[in-house]
Amino acid sequence: MTHAISRRDVLRGTGALVLAFSLSRHAFALTETGASETPLRGLPGSLDSTPLLDAWIRIEPNGNATVFTGKAELGQGIRTALMQVAAEELKLPIARLTLITADTGRTPNEGYTAASHSVQDSGTALRNAAAQVREILIGEAARRVGASASELSARDGVVIGPGGFHFGYGDLVSEQLLHVDAQPTSILTDPRDFTVMDRPVPRVDIPAKVTGGAAYVQDMRLPGMVHGRIVRPPSYGARLAALDAGPVETMPGVLKVVRDGAFLGVIAEKEWTAIQAMRRLAALARWDETAELPDEARLPDALMALPSRDTTILDVGQPVAPSYAVDGLFSRPYLAHGSIGPSCAIARMEGDALTVWTHTQGVYPLRNALATLLAMPQDKVRCIHAEGAGCYGQNGADDVGADAALLARAVPGRPVRVQWMREQEHAWEPFGPGMVAHLRAALGPDGSIAAWQHDVWSQSHMMRPGPPGTLLAARDIADPFPPAPPVDLPMPEGGGDRNAVPLYVLPNARAVNHFLPEMPLRGSSMRSLGGYLNIFAIESTMDDLAGLSGQDPVDFRLHHLADERARTVVTEAAERFGWKSRPKAPAGSGYGFAFARYKNLEAYCAIALEIAIDQDTGRTVIQRAVAAVDTGQVVNPDGVRNQIEGGIVQATSWTLFESVRFDRRRITSIDWASYPILRFAHVPRHIEVHIVGRPGLPFLGAGEAAQGPTGAAIANAVRDVTGRRLRTLPLDAATVRAAMTASSLPTHSPS
Amino acid sequence: MLLKRVFLSGIILVAAGGAAALAYAWRGAIPPIAPPAVTSFQPDEVLRGADLALIGDCRTCHTTAGGRTFAGGLAMPTPFGTIYSTNITPDPETGIGRWSLAAFTRAMREGVDREGRHLYPAFPYDHFSLTADADLKALYAFLMTRDPVVAEAPANDLPFPINLRLVLAGWKLLFFHPETYVPDPSRDAPWNRGRYLVEGFAHCGACHTPRNLMGAEVSSRAFAGGEAEGWAAFPLGPHSPSRIPWTEAALGDYLRQGWQADHGVALGPMRPVVENLAEAPAEDVAAMARYLASLGAPAATFPPLPAAAPDMSGARPQSAGWQAAIAAPGTGQPEGLRLFAAACASCHEAGRPLPLGGTDLALSTSLSADTPQNLLNVVLQGVPASDGQAAPIMPGFVSAMNDAALTALVAYLRQTVAGKPGWPDLPAAIAAARDAAIPSPHAGAAR
Amino acid sequence: MITFTVNGTQRSVTSDPDTPLLYVLRDELALNGAKFGCGLGQCGACTVLVDGEALFSCITPVMLLEGRSIRTVEGLGTVDEPGPLQAAFIAEQAAQCGYCIAGMMMRAQELLERIPDPDDDDILAALEPQLCRCGTHMRVIRAVKRAAQALAQAQALAQASEGAR
Repeated sequence: MTHAISRRDVLRGTGALVLAFSLSRHAFALTETGASETPLRGLPGSLDSTPLLDAWIRIEPNGNATVFTGKAELGQGIRTALMQVAAEELKLPIARLTLITADTGRTPNEGYTAASHSVQDSGTALRNAAAQVREILIGEAARRVGASASELSARDGVVIGPGGFHFGYGDLVSEQLLHVDAQPTSILTDPRDFTVMDRPVPRVDIPAKVTGGAAYVQDMRLPGMVHGRIVRPPSYGARLAALDAGPVETMPGVLKVVRDGAFLGVIAEKEWTAIQAMRRLAALARWDETAELPDEARLPDALMALPSRDTTILDVGQPVAPSYAVDGLFSRPYLAHGSIGPSCAIARMEGDALTVWTHTQGVYPLRNALATLLAMPQDKVRCIHAEGAGCYGQNGADDVGADAALLARAVPGRPVRVQWMREQEHAWEPFGPGMVAHLRAALGPDGSIAAWQHDVWSQSHMMRPGPPGTLLAARDIADPFPPAPPVDLPMPEGGGDRNAVPLYVLPNARAVNHFLPEMPLRGSSMRSLGGYLNIFAIESTMDDLAGLSGQDPVDFRLHHLADERARTVVTEAAERFGWKSRPKAPAGSGYGFAFARYKNLEAYCAIALEIAIDQDTGRTVIQRAVAAVDTGQVVNPDGVRNQIEGGIVQATSWTLFESVRFDRRRITSIDWASYPILRFAHVPRHIEVHIVGRPGLPFLGAGEAAQGPTGAAIANAVRDVTGRRLRTLPLDAATVRAAMTASSLPTHSPS
Repeated sequence: MLLKRVFLSGIILVAAGGAAALAYAWRGAIPPIAPPAVTSFQPDEVLRGADLALIGDCRTCHTTAGGRTFAGGLAMPTPFGTIYSTNITPDPETGIGRWSLAAFTRAMREGVDREGRHLYPAFPYDHFSLTADADLKALYAFLMTRDPVVAEAPANDLPFPINLRLVLAGWKLLFFHPETYVPDPSRDAPWNRGRYLVEGFAHCGACHTPRNLMGAEVSSRAFAGGEAEGWAAFPLGPHSPSRIPWTEAALGDYLRQGWQADHGVALGPMRPVVENLAEAPAEDVAAMARYLASLGAPAATFPPLPAAAPDMSGARPQSAGWQAAIAAPGTGQPEGLRLFAAACASCHEAGRPLPLGGTDLALSTSLSADTPQNLLNVVLQGVPASDGQAAPIMPGFVSAMNDAALTALVAYLRQTVAGKPGWPDLPAAIAAARDAAIPSPHAGAAR
Repeated sequence: MITFTVNGTQRSVTSDPDTPLLYVLRDELALNGAKFGCGLGQCGACTVLVDGEALFSCITPVMLLEGRSIRTVEGLGTVDEPGPLQAAFIAEQAAQCGYCIAGMMMRAQELLERIPDPDDDDILAALEPQLCRCGTHMRVIRAVKRAAQALAQAQALAQASEGAR
């Protein structure tokens, strides 16, 4: 399937590109990035869906380049990494590049910036596009001087050749030169010749962020901008019973109270006025609440009792054993993304056209959802990405985009900036779902794993727009959209069952995904999806099996690993940590190891760590963590380190502290007092990240590689200290303290 | 400083007080033992000891911020100098690993360490003297089965002659009258248990009973209110300044959960106490509440609670959020009211339930007490975030509020909200509270 | 009308006196450094200095600030001429999303003015009121140390040239 897409179409975000999207909508709904599972053309990365070179790269008359990506900067450093890739292959200094990120009016549709796919999708596309653009420019220069292209080369934005002739890129490019489809193969720079890639290039966005520059959508100030705030219901599905908005409408500075069914908002000239008006309105509204949430104290039971759609995702040999050496039920609570900056969007309705500045992870899917919500043609809605605070998956970004759009309709011509309040972000974001995993494993006489069974229960991890019913406001308006159908992300990437298939060589193994179509709490994508719990469960079980068979945990893993790259990171982490020669830990201290390849498709990551537990309080602190990671071809080694360090610290917070609290009706974790996360006192005392370089191999995303191994390594270290296997997350101080007390008693009982 | 001088001269007098004192002062060492094996203790005894350690609040003083529990080293400023808590883990060299049960019992009951040195009464042996043999044996079993930690406590920083341990013998002669606990047969078992714990292990009077110039509790004024680390330890029983009289049920809830709807949230030095009691056996905490309730209630009835202005009824959100919209009072209104509306009311008038919501200040003992100490401490220092636990957080206003603003706010809270006459000598109290608050934005950090 | 200085410049603001400083800085004075994070004084994204002391601007009504001196991250330097703390954060690449970083830097600035050579415990304790969700803590700690070293070197140089005169 090929479409001739004109430059103008791309600029307008209409025509063939839209057609391509709507034709492939089904496939979009089924993957986490929204990309098609099956290649359309066989082109590298996202070139496959957007093949025109000038949709990605334009050379300006002065020889500078404008580079387009459909991916967005989420704080992960993607802007810098993509510029490195383009600069490397274009042979143009980074300073001469301008990068345009996700904008339905300007950039290719690359679905969602998610699933650690950005360098893989967009980086691959840009690398190939840039290499092909470079070769086209060289070819054009060769044509002009009648030389062979092989005699020419490009450097610093200039094509040079024998005899000293040279052409600046700007002199070579013409209207239609780059308006061609990409070819399946490119002449890529040999990794040994890299001058920009595989280098720790400083992030281009950091200087503005440390000097108070306009770095975020929260910082945008458009002419005539006004401020909106939303009054959300007190609980899921609550309906507005009564409201006299009069006292708010007459507040000085309030422009409008917007009411559409149970959707309530205020618009004011000043932000503080809008907040005060929102609070007054919230106090005046009376709601009928109907939500029935599960019993938080018995969440695993509640989840396992829900109707499920079961899929066997792994079935080899004879997974059933007469008895199991390890049989454990692992669970995690709902987790909040917990963006430090509550979600924000600015929307402006001008005539019949809507523009939304948003930190969504998917400008195109949001654009389509908003168009349906507002009954507008898609080409009249433009979504432009602007950075927000880190989201780590789907936070309130899309929802607040809809909120702003609905308010903007009430004050045509005026940009409306809406930021959620802290309690709104906490209570209404789509959480990382609560989950259960049941693992059973048996050992053979040779100390190898003889049987393995993994069952996992989870609701959907993918409730992003598309369908308007994914947006909070669309469910609250007087004529609401139906709830979006739950999406079970399929293998091999998976959703709740992500990483439920061990990478270990297991001749007898079964894994079953119990997908829960019901959603007790609102949930969607959060870093690593089901991988965090599944890796926690698998790696805990591996450690127990190693212990039961009297083997070192690292040796035991290597014994069951065939993948050479996996073996390398496991060995590297163990060596760098000094695992073999680790001294006997002092009282209260212990060691833990864990490994996973994210999704079994992305980066490999192994982590060895040492923890110290206060015997009396259960307070747990990581003393030293050493990670080895293989992300294929590295674009920015410092960026990889930053992501892995961050992943370790964030997952330490999940593992030791976090749990979304609720009563039978409402979410009660509504701020940092009721949802504590890691503060500086608990920062690991030392983290080392070692990168296993793989020059020339495909890019693998790094943003979600460390989370699963971190949680598992902590649990394994707690086991090392206490002799107790803890399977219920979080491993909070009270839980760890109980394990410490039990282990300190004079007579030991088996755990 | 006057206090210090009086204390010094008293000590010198006593120290010179003759042979009797010397004879009393001289205590022999108890021979060291090889550290006992963990397996030499019984598990149920260890667990009972763990509970007593919680009720006794041992870890609060014997642990530094961020340090290993029971490893000691915490600096305790006293009016007479700085005393450092000791390492009570069973490390043989720096802890109590070589202490026999007899040595431990003598330290607890008589305030004399294994080597025979008198201990400073910052260690409340005046309360621990009441403890029973079996309980001390259990506490010993618990401590001796902890992981040993090598940690040398810093030397005390005390002036001459208080730095002479012998001098303490004189102090003991005057003020230390060890007793054994005698149950009151006219009371039920929980009351007796409660009294035993409150007067013994829990050493509540160490803070809640006033001390004389030489640092000894004034037993005739038991629970009439004292001080700890710059915070008022409010009077209990008949002298309680609480707006709503304490009941046995309220005391039980407060001690077990750290807050009570009619009284507020435990703060300052009381916070670690309730954190410990939260882990202690519920029936013991209930027994303590029964005894404390039996101390009595104030005879005088309080005036009815004045309506707090501004009246926030109707301003409280019925949604997930709990911050109230506060209309600014007119510029003609008192400055304290305007400050309260702008800086305090959005949380304190929002109706979010305790412990995470802002306390209803009309009920706060900090406003009705005889001293503004605690109110000022909370306003200036706030309530720092807990270490990974769901717990209230309040921002401190030490950097935001100057003395004039603070004075106006306190005047409003005391006179209008609490309906009481203004505190005398507020400027001095503000100065003291500000001094205490300066390092405070960081003080709670490593706990 | 309330008058105070912001980053050394006297400003008179017309916002209602009960408006928290955060909204005056962002909406009336168009400064981006202080961020809205919680509005409750729990996360530190809004931290600025007032008379050299760090506070949460989101819960500080401007009526308290008449005549006082406010410093935001914009007052530490510019993109072209970053101050020592900003240069250290850039050198350590101490940001992921960066939303918390401006507040983090103001807390660090207060620390360095109080303790020019902080050790790890000082830094952890000082930054305790500040939340970061990306997990950039290790880099923030390194950046504060780097800034302390840079400031010490600059001071040593200044003293040397003073001595030479």
